[in-house]
Amino acid sequence: MSKLFSKENKQVFAAPLNLDNPILIQVLGICSALAVTAQLEPAIVMGLSVTVITACSNVIISLIRKTIPNRIRIIIQLVVVAALVTIVSMVLKAFAYDVSVQLSVYVGLIITNCILMGRLEAFAMMNGPWESFLDGVGSGLGYAWILVVIGAMRELFGAGTLLGFTVIPQCVYDAGYVNNGMMTMPAMAMILLGCVIWAHRSLNKEEK
Amino acid sequence: MIKNFLDKIRPNFEEGGKLSAFRSVFEGMETFLMVPNTTSQVGVSIHDAIDSKRIMSFVVIALLPALLFGMFNIGYQNYQAAGVEAGFLTMFLYGFMVTLPKIVVSYAVGLGIEFVVAQWKHEEIQEGYLVTGLLIPMIVPVGCPLWMLAIAVAFSVIFAKEIYGGTGMNIFNPALVARAFLFFAYPGKMSGDSVWVSKESIFGLGNDLPDAFTMATPLGEAGSGAAVTSSFTDMVTGLMPGSIGETSVIAIAIGAAILLWTRIASWKTMVSTFIGGALAGFLFNVSGIDTTIAQMPWYEHLVTGGFCFGAVFMATDPVTSARTENGKYIYGFLIGALAITIRVLNPGYAEGMMLAILFMNMFAPLIDYFFVQSNINKRAKRAKLQ
Repeated sequence: MSKLFSKENKQVFAAPLNLDNPILIQVLGICSALAVTAQLEPAIVMGLSVTVITACSNVIISLIRKTIPNRIRIIIQLVVVAALVTIVSMVLKAFAYDVSVQLSVYVGLIITNCILMGRLEAFAMMNGPWESFLDGVGSGLGYAWILVVIGAMRELFGAGTLLGFTVIPQCVYDAGYVNNGMMTMPAMAMILLGCVIWAHRSLNKEEK
Repeated sequence: MIKNFLDKIRPNFEEGGKLSAFRSVFEGMETFLMVPNTTSQVGVSIHDAIDSKRIMSFVVIALLPALLFGMFNIGYQNYQAAGVEAGFLTMFLYGFMVTLPKIVVSYAVGLGIEFVVAQWKHEEIQEGYLVTGLLIPMIVPVGCPLWMLAIAVAFSVIFAKEIYGGTGMNIFNPALVARAFLFFAYPGKMSGDSVWVSKESIFGLGNDLPDAFTMATPLGEAGSGAAVTSSFTDMVTGLMPGSIGETSVIAIAIGAAILLWTRIASWKTMVSTFIGGALAGFLFNVSGIDTTIAQMPWYEHLVTGGFCFGAVFMATDPVTSARTENGKYIYGFLIGALAITIRVLNPGYAEGMMLAILFMNMFAPLIDYFFVQSNINKRAKRAKLQ
């Protein structure tokens, strides 16, 4: 039991959250991070979907890693990921139809998300299932929290709401405040993401 | 006298002095008021007597006619809309009172950020903002609120200028980035029919107009298919609604003359921009596209909207335009042609000058690359022949 939560495993889980963050440091998965963060709710759902899929696919690939012939490993990884993405997409359609409509093609496009393939190739192919699971959850959550931060900023300044609830009171609007239309455009998401990376790197300057 | 004063307060600002935190401010003021005392320490270098602060001052002088006329026009539009007779001075004073806060906000926010950055990086203050700070209030509509202006200025100084390395290193024209930011972030306050005439009276000057009062620019009218109400004479003299500094062709022409006489702006860019615009306008005239804006005579295209202002003050910006002499022809021509094309073909944007210049800013290094490369090839060939 103590081995399950050893120091190395903690490191495996925590690194992608901060110092080895898939978006901030590896700069992977940018496309979907810009596309789905106009509002907070789809950003959260997208982050959770990616977390589930990375964790599950990491475990599955890790279990069968010794039987996969090296020359066709990418195809096998893709089959596993595609199956999981289809399941998640169907679950979303069944239980959260509105959000799945908002996310539209981006749920299907999780298949092409570089974070997934990167973790499968770099980690799951050479580590056991438990470590791979931790790594998958860590990477997914590392992706998710950036999405949540950007989604919250964009929804707050772009529409004055958070999760659909009005946050900015009416009296502010009466005083002449206007929502920033630029925030709802992907271009602004790119700039915000740049700012987050900027802040993150200047905070962690010493540790590199 | 100024020199004595500066010498007296200098010790305070040097390293260890009690005001050393404001060193960059002091240096900025000193070099702004006088020719700097320091010379290069190594090697031989020959400098023109005109440094970049002097160049910026000339551009500001060239901008003044358009700015002063813009102030008068604000008053003129307000009094005409209210149907009240008023003298020249009253109208001008009213426009002055409306414009002044915008200029103050633009300079305060922009220079504030520049000072902080200069102090933080231990550099001298860069003087580029002198011109940008005056350009920004001149290219926004009268109805643009001050806090929006402040956000746009902060955005453009930080993201269009400082992160590229400050004055002289920017890819895009910061003034136009500020306008583009406003345009996309707050379209309701930047375009449409209700922002072009100032609606409030200040200190007893001007008239209060109802909130619902609207007045479209000639381009806005043409874009939405309505008949253009301003006459050609009004478009040239500038007595039409529009952004503060852009309306009068005559005032801009005076500025252009100053810029060309002092050789700060390139006549190649300017002329080719007008040729490009005229040609594109003419082609749309004869193309048979049956919308009001496509059928607007090509010479009216050149005198409406921000075309003149952009061609004279924005396209010729030495930092963001093409730097090879032949490249300037291509650069200017494409700006003019693109601006008219955007106007005619895109129903969402009545004005295309801003987007055209920003777009060509992006391609200026590519144009330069081709001309430099073709020159290298030509010389390589010549060297081989001998």
